Amino acid sequence: MLEHAWLILALPLAGVAGNIFLGGRLGRRFVSALSCGVVGLSFVVSVACFLELLAMQPAQRHFERHIFTWFLSGSFKVEGTLLLDPLSVLMTLVVSGVAFLIHVYSTGYMAGDSGYRRYFTYLNLFTFSMLTLVLGGNFLVLYVGWEAVGLCSYLLIGFWFQKKPAADAGRKAFIVNRIGDFGFALGILLIFRTFGTLEFGEVFSGAERLFPSGSTLITGIALLLFAGATGKSAQIPLYTWLPDAMEGPTPVSALIHAATMVTAGVYMVARCSALFVLSPLALAVVAIVGLATAVYAASIGLVQNDLKRVLAYSTISQLGYMFLACGVGAFAVGIFHLMTHAFFKALLFLVAGAVIHALAGEQDITKMGGLRSKLPVSYWSFLIAALAIAGVFPFAGFFSKDEILWETLLRRGPLVWALGAVGALMTAFYMFRLLFLVFHGTARHEGHVHAPPFSIKLPLVCLAVLSAVGGLVGAPLLFGRHFVKEFLSPVFRHVNGHVAAGTHEAGAGHFVVSELSMAVVSVSIAVLGIVLAYRFYVISPDVPQRLKERFARLYSILFNKYYVDEIYDTLFVRPLVSFATALWRHVDALIIDGAVNGSAFLVETASKVSRRLQTGGVQNYALSIVVGAIAILAFWLLR
Amino acid sequence: MTGEVMSQVPLITVVTFLPLLGAFLIALTNPGRVRFIRTVALVTALVDFAVCVPLLAGFDVSTPSVQFVEKHAWIDAIGSSYHVGIDGISLFLVILTSFLTVLSIGASWTSITHRVKGFMVSMLILETGMIGVFVSLDLLLFYIFWEAMLIPMYLIIGVWGGPQRIYAAVKFILYTLAGSLLMLVAILALFFIHHGNTGEYTFDLLKLYGTAIPGGVELWLFLAFFLSFAIKVPMFPFHTWLPDAHVEAPTAGSVLLAGILLKMGTYGFLRFCLPLFPRVSLQAVPAIAILAIIGIIYGALVALAQRDVKKLVAYSSVSHLGFVMLGLFALNTQGVEGGILQMVNHGISTGALFLIVGMLYDRRHSRMMEDFGGLWKRMPVFAGFFLIVTLSSIALPGLNGFAGEFLILVGAFMKNAVFAAAAAVGIILSAVYMLWMFQKVMFGEPRDGDGEEQSAAQKHGSVFFDIGARERWILVPIVVLIFWIGVWPGFFLSRMHASVDALLETVRNANAAPVESVEEAASRGLPTLTRQLMHGGEEDSEGASQGASQEVASAMEPDTQADEGGE
Repeated sequence: MLEHAWLILALPLAGVAGNIFLGGRLGRRFVSALSCGVVGLSFVVSVACFLELLAMQPAQRHFERHIFTWFLSGSFKVEGTLLLDPLSVLMTLVVSGVAFLIHVYSTGYMAGDSGYRRYFTYLNLFTFSMLTLVLGGNFLVLYVGWEAVGLCSYLLIGFWFQKKPAADAGRKAFIVNRIGDFGFALGILLIFRTFGTLEFGEVFSGAERLFPSGSTLITGIALLLFAGATGKSAQIPLYTWLPDAMEGPTPVSALIHAATMVTAGVYMVARCSALFVLSPLALAVVAIVGLATAVYAASIGLVQNDLKRVLAYSTISQLGYMFLACGVGAFAVGIFHLMTHAFFKALLFLVAGAVIHALAGEQDITKMGGLRSKLPVSYWSFLIAALAIAGVFPFAGFFSKDEILWETLLRRGPLVWALGAVGALMTAFYMFRLLFLVFHGTARHEGHVHAPPFSIKLPLVCLAVLSAVGGLVGAPLLFGRHFVKEFLSPVFRHVNGHVAAGTHEAGAGHFVVSELSMAVVSVSIAVLGIVLAYRFYVISPDVPQRLKERFARLYSILFNKYYVDEIYDTLFVRPLVSFATALWRHVDALIIDGAVNGSAFLVETASKVSRRLQTGGVQNYALSIVVGAIAILAFWLLR
Repeated sequence: MTGEVMSQVPLITVVTFLPLLGAFLIALTNPGRVRFIRTVALVTALVDFAVCVPLLAGFDVSTPSVQFVEKHAWIDAIGSSYHVGIDGISLFLVILTSFLTVLSIGASWTSITHRVKGFMVSMLILETGMIGVFVSLDLLLFYIFWEAMLIPMYLIIGVWGGPQRIYAAVKFILYTLAGSLLMLVAILALFFIHHGNTGEYTFDLLKLYGTAIPGGVELWLFLAFFLSFAIKVPMFPFHTWLPDAHVEAPTAGSVLLAGILLKMGTYGFLRFCLPLFPRVSLQAVPAIAILAIIGIIYGALVALAQRDVKKLVAYSSVSHLGFVMLGLFALNTQGVEGGILQMVNHGISTGALFLIVGMLYDRRHSRMMEDFGGLWKRMPVFAGFFLIVTLSSIALPGLNGFAGEFLILVGAFMKNAVFAAAAAVGIILSAVYMLWMFQKVMFGEPRDGDGEEQSAAQKHGSVFFDIGARERWILVPIVVLIFWIGVWPGFFLSRMHASVDALLETVRNANAAPVESVEEAASRGLPTLTRQLMHGGEEDSEGASQGASQEVASAMEPDTQADEGGE
């Protein structure tokens, strides 16, 4: 099947073409069947590839396929290469699997929308792009996918383009991502200049061979690449587009802005682990940015009232944890968390979508409540997902997040761990705040609650199962084996040599005990967060109000998201616009064009003046002859 | 058709002069027969485009030398001949010209309603002039095409343009003429220097390549050519004629202006400045690169401030052409090939943008963004085309703009990372202004115009009825090319390799050779022209003709002033 891995890409692309050229004529049923079908088949092919890879010896699990020569100009040669190795296949499984479920969900969620065909065209295009991103065998193919998912994100955020906020949010997302991609593109150029190639394999082995740890050049490359990652994966300072991206349809938020696209940065950093491990500085930057984002975004999530925005800040925060994992050198763990996060965060969004759908578009959690009995499937799914993200044993998020904290403790010490733990506490708190406000208590909304159709419930159940048990593939304490880490180990084999050097090695027995005890601590933190939320929002609902009044200033800073949007607006956006206008009105129109028109004016004036010499009147000529003669005479006589 | 028969057909001459024939035919027609005139024009342009197919098919990718050469005596007395041919640098520009002419005539089908005859004649003469510029291998012939092409464009802007058309047309022609007259002086100077060196009077470009020009003179000649081409490109700060001309020109005029005329400037740098003055060109690299980068960022920023869609596209051209210049003067394979590819890309994408703006103008009779909005709902098919063209213009990977701009960045980065980084800022800004424009025009709630457009509104239910078959067939080939170049740039690049490598080799060798001082040149019998040129001024061409005939002895005298100038 590996030979036919191109099908993974070709199928969704065929879906795009089919929707564009046939979808209009053949109607909605065709669009639904085609769009879901191609992605489903793509998932099947991915599974086949995964199984085939699994059947090989671990060291040989690497398959490259050159499809065509894309660029050839002098020494600059880029192939269209597909790369299947454990990392990309794992990503492919997650992407195509979650994408399939969300396609199915969308057939129910978008059923009444007039842009149905357009929606599925974009969604298929997104799936194609995201799969290109993860399967690309060199930096430029990766970059193609990278930009193309950005495009789909732009189109889907602005899907309801009649609404100005949606159109604005789409544009903002694209431009903020472009700023990050500026760094990414320069990083690619620097890689080419340094290594003379953009193929992953050659670059990574070249880096290992040619550069010592701590080399400035590699640090530069790694930091430039990471700049791209901060844009795509919504990290400080380029995260501001993601909360606004919630203007898009909710399934889009689930697929693109939670489960897959935003994790592209994490994937890219993990893919380039060979470069990052050579630069302790770059790794430290990744870890610091990740940790700061994790805590920062979680703190904003504590007080927001828009259901989807809370989830958006939660996504930003969880992405921070993934980068933290990469930054401490535990790339496999970062990818593991990426995977579990894809399950439970997609689920959270899909439930949110079901709730919003049921309440005819209401997103404000202060106007919900009491939905537990009316939407049982949604409630139980949300509960599972919330337990998973909070990190309660044995749900998926527990294994991955606990491991991130554990690795952090091992490699960066207790202080960094403590910060990460505070973030985890906040995560548990805001997630159960949502749960209690939306599903418990009394109903604060009016009108009929629509029951979700089957196409919406099915994906919820599938993802709920995955969120519940998906973490078991990485539970060494239970099975003695960490399947994800083992599977990914060929990709990250060079990491251990570099990063492990910095860890304090201790006795194996001591390790097990302390990892176990730390796991207990993790769970306790999660439970503490849940209990706090229960106390605040179920037992004594007046507490939040009192706290709000007591800490009014802190509350308003958090509620207004630290005013970062306003600060960016004042510092960058408005100066740019007024500078551009000034440049046009003053420099271009007045100075540059003024000089051009001025020279024309000078010529015209000069000729107007000199025209007076040629009046055609004989008297004038006679007069000037006389005056001239007198002048000459006077000159001669008075000399 | 076998290759032998093919080789007997003077393809280049056919491609160049077929439109003139069509124009002649139209000129004989009764101006009232509008439909016939349009058809003749379109068929002529289509046949001309079809003739390009054997040009592309028969093009030999392995050789850097000029192909499909035709050489006939023309003005023997001054050594000027009818010498035409194409190489990997001009091939795609010729094809692009005939391609865009077809589309432009199609786009003018219903929007040009008065003086149709004159318009179509102008368009076809313009095509001959444009192709002539790209195929000429004789400097005099080149210059004649270069100037001849100005007149139909001047008429197209001045007669069929918008309210400010006279101002724009005069500004366009005067500005361009000012530059090209200096070039004429430089061409004559080159002509006489070559005669002084070899005793042969010739305007043949291939013979003039490698002419030894004393250091100081080379600079002045370079500057004369530079000014002429820089105005045409247009490079910052010589760009202000462009927005005026674009805004006032009818759609077809804007398309050809942006698509082809601007490329003549960049093509001129490649064909003339680099190989004729390789040493000065190399020295000029930092200055030109900086001007190019200023152009990239400045053009993008000013585009950002625009409210008039056409003006926005015009300023974006300044930015994109800055990229082309940066690539060409990176003087490495990636940069130059990227630059050539980007010339083609810009012709396609910006040409398409002007076509699209024209379609909007046909409906709403406005170009201001605030008069539009919500068009996606009304014109979904149009929206799809517009989106693809917009994305091509902001260099989305997989589309043509990326292929060109990324190669340029690679080339520039190899030369100077800081320059490349500065230029890459332009890519961010291009997304800012293009998406802003797209949002203003396409997104939001649909609004309809009022007043004069009401009749159309009644007919179609809205002013903004979706595009019909004619408009669709204009845009489809563009979209095909956008994807083709983006996905398979290798097809185009492989046809440039040999010529580009040879060109770069020339520049390298010239710079590797020891620089000839003025004394050495003088000792080989260089005419006094050299010294006269040093003093500059308009008398040069006069002085040159005298100087060339003066005795060698005077040139043998050491000339201190020339020496100073040479340093």
